[in-house]
Amino acid sequence: MKNAGVGSINRMAGDVFLVIFKIVKSHFRLLAPLLFSSAALAQQIGNPTSQLGVTPPRGVYAIRNAHIVPVAGPEIENGTLVIRDGKIEAVGANVGVPDGAQAIDARGLWVYPGMIDAATSMGLVEVGQGASGTVDTSEVGELNPNSKAIIAINPHSAHIAVTRVDGVTSAVTLPLGGLISGQAAIINLVGTTPQEMAVVPYAALVINYPRAGGAGGGGGFFVEQQETNLSETVAAANRQLDQIRKLLRDAEAYGRAHDAYAKDKTIPRPDQNVVLEALLPYVRGERPVLLRADRETDLRGAIKFADEMKLKAVIVGGNDAWKIAGLLKEKNVPVVLTGILDLPASEDDFYDVLYENASRLQQAGVRFCISAGDNGANVRNLPLYAGMAAAFGLPKAEALKAVTLYPAQIMNVADRLGSIEPGKIANVVVTDGDLLEARTHIRHLFIDGRAVPLTSRHTDLYDAFKNRK
Amino acid sequence: MKSLIIKIFICGLMASISLPATLAQNGSAPSETLIQHATVLTITRGTLQDSDVLIRDGKIAAVGKNLKAGANARIIDATNKYVMPGIVDCHSHSMLDAINEGSLSVTSMVRTHDALNPNDVDLYRQLAGGVTTLNLLHGSANAIGGLNTVVKIKFGRPVEEFIFPGAPPGIKFALGENPKRSNFNPQTGQPRRYPATRMGVEEVIRDAFTRARDYQKAWEDYRAAVGRGEKNLVAPRRNLQLEPLVEVLEGKRFVHAHCYRADEILMLINIANEFGFKVRTFQHTLEGYKVAKEIAQHGAGASIFADNWAYKIEAYDAIPYNAAIMTRAGVVVSMNSDSDERARRLNIEAAKAMHYGDLTEEEALKLVTWNPALQLGIQNRVGSIEVGKDADLAIWNGHPLSVYSRVDTTFIDGDIFFDRQQDLARRAEFLKERAQLEQAEPNRPPPEGSSPQAPRRRRPTSDDDDLLKGGVDQP
Repeated sequence: MKNAGVGSINRMAGDVFLVIFKIVKSHFRLLAPLLFSSAALAQQIGNPTSQLGVTPPRGVYAIRNAHIVPVAGPEIENGTLVIRDGKIEAVGANVGVPDGAQAIDARGLWVYPGMIDAATSMGLVEVGQGASGTVDTSEVGELNPNSKAIIAINPHSAHIAVTRVDGVTSAVTLPLGGLISGQAAIINLVGTTPQEMAVVPYAALVINYPRAGGAGGGGGFFVEQQETNLSETVAAANRQLDQIRKLLRDAEAYGRAHDAYAKDKTIPRPDQNVVLEALLPYVRGERPVLLRADRETDLRGAIKFADEMKLKAVIVGGNDAWKIAGLLKEKNVPVVLTGILDLPASEDDFYDVLYENASRLQQAGVRFCISAGDNGANVRNLPLYAGMAAAFGLPKAEALKAVTLYPAQIMNVADRLGSIEPGKIANVVVTDGDLLEARTHIRHLFIDGRAVPLTSRHTDLYDAFKNRK
Repeated sequence: MKSLIIKIFICGLMASISLPATLAQNGSAPSETLIQHATVLTITRGTLQDSDVLIRDGKIAAVGKNLKAGANARIIDATNKYVMPGIVDCHSHSMLDAINEGSLSVTSMVRTHDALNPNDVDLYRQLAGGVTTLNLLHGSANAIGGLNTVVKIKFGRPVEEFIFPGAPPGIKFALGENPKRSNFNPQTGQPRRYPATRMGVEEVIRDAFTRARDYQKAWEDYRAAVGRGEKNLVAPRRNLQLEPLVEVLEGKRFVHAHCYRADEILMLINIANEFGFKVRTFQHTLEGYKVAKEIAQHGAGASIFADNWAYKIEAYDAIPYNAAIMTRAGVVVSMNSDSDERARRLNIEAAKAMHYGDLTEEEALKLVTWNPALQLGIQNRVGSIEVGKDADLAIWNGHPLSVYSRVDTTFIDGDIFFDRQQDLARRAEFLKERAQLEQAEPNRPPPEGSSPQAPRRRRPTSDDDDLLKGGVDQP
């Protein structure tokens, strides 16, 4: 009944449109100006470049007279940065403007590599509550290694433009459900299709490390703590870990069986299995496995498990990482800190325990990066997370690296992202001040060598309403 | 033996709880404090370079250069540091053991005052973010909620000392998805509560004020009859639900109305105009920018988030330019937390208004000081650094609108309630005590069976149930 209603309204709208079309056809010259002005008005809200993600073309750009912060090397005064074919072609104080380049005078402005958030669900969630149709983070069941974020990332999500205009140009998008959630993608925040956005479509496996007395690691909303039987909850978590272990072992065996068959076609052909197939690069240690855990016991468990299974482990979460900095350093396990601004877990924790987490890891020589730990809407606040870490002991230059070069290194894409160096993808942000300061404005934005307009759903609505009298 | 250890455990707990009290006592000895050579962000009288602030008997006694203090004064060298008024958070649920009496759609008879927990550790964490005053609001589960309490964060002191002296009383209203319970399923066996639509929310408020007006009239008639000397009169039965609404009608109680969409904002303005009262603040006001003119005309303030959006449908049109648009339309705007977490960094929430929509530094600072003080009617005591006002202020190690800055010391009524150096100095002692307590028998997990209760939060950390962080697991 309801659907029928909507359908009939659509049909009515169609009829109205038909009538308008006929009038327009017969009186085109008369109506043209009116028509164009109303089209322009409609674009304010539905601007395809900002909202719908139509990809702007690549070009040749030269950003001149800028204070360049390459992150990978010393800062450059009055430098020039050349972008061509999506890549950074040249950077330095003595770099000329190539013929045909579109020159941008950046006198008084700063140039940074775009920021990267290594733990989001960007593109998988539009409206978290009351609109489950827009949420694609969590598959049914516990073990879904073949569930791939890149399949479901919505390039036209409003979150994408909203995030990039504040200088975050790449994100790692994680599925979140069950024990093995699926595979994360590394994306640039521009593109009309997920494939255009993808830097690495199948970048990492996401495992929620089983936690005694709760679901996997990571944040999540407060749930009233029940009185629990300790040994039972520990046993339950161990059973969950066994489920993961068994699947990874199966994948190893599956890989061996197929390897053997490849060499000797006389043995029985093993069946194809999409679930186990998906795990092969991970059980072989070829790609990172993101283990989501926060508490000390879970972190120790996760590291031990990664050791046992020979996984290329990355911790995501890591609120207690400072407590096991020595172990993380010894095992060379990097940490994506998602909880800088979480409230401390215990009432007797020092007030700045999580603000200081990054600084302690840095001092201990642990590889780390900083994430906003948000699924999409608030990823644009990433610089403020790094800034808070810097307010509590992390050197400013390290805070900047923690949202640029370090996430690129941890996610194995430092050859393409994370700094301003020739040959890297041209993700470049031009600002009027320190990139991490809330007060700073972004003046120009390049992603994948494309000049991206500084518009979003939010600027569109701002423009539409700011002059209402 | 076991009971002894439990006693030790309890003593330990008491000691932990009384930490800031000790801190405050250590700090409260001198009646004078002189903060020297600071950059003073007065808010109402500009920024003063290399200036002093003299605190005497809990008040700001002088602001200027080369001030002199008595021989026993505490002298603080604040060279290269910033002094800013204590932050006022116009939407908080901290220290409330209960937030929502959501069983009815009109619960104006309940008071947040009756659920205050002065030992909530989040209060200390907020002091460490330079916050000194909170507007403790009832939740948003119903169209007309309970009464608010304005407090100073005198953490470590008895709860009576928290109450902000003379702060005008207020009440929480709520519009939109929360009072109509869009995102909440009733418990098994419970019927759905009326209302379930925005039509019903309007009607609930209209009905309540219609009854309140009758009630008011009944008392007026009674008093008039008493005044005329009539005998054998029976006073109207007191109605605790309607009394606060009569106070609203009489302009004696502020309405703080949770709202999101433009249409519901206009709806409440229309009801308020019809019944002849003013909405003091719209809270959240996510679409306030669409009807900034109407909000300004009504004379209401708006207390908002800096940039929170898309966590539910009614938050999908929220934009971070909200503060700028409303400020320019003449609305008094404040940035609030509605979250124990966010309350710790309201300075940065204010800074965002310079990023989105280019408010000036002074306008941005006002969002968390002067403007919320105005909204709560306490601007004669807090919200700026002026002679004669309460000495509620914080010393920051850098400009408070910078992400790289943190608080060194927070004062309320001239007493220190947070001091980073003292906090750091006591840590070794606390760690030792914690280790001892962990070894105590009652705290050791038994080999099997029930585990000891871990200390747990008494309530959610953020909310008002409108910030469920999207209802999806967060990475």
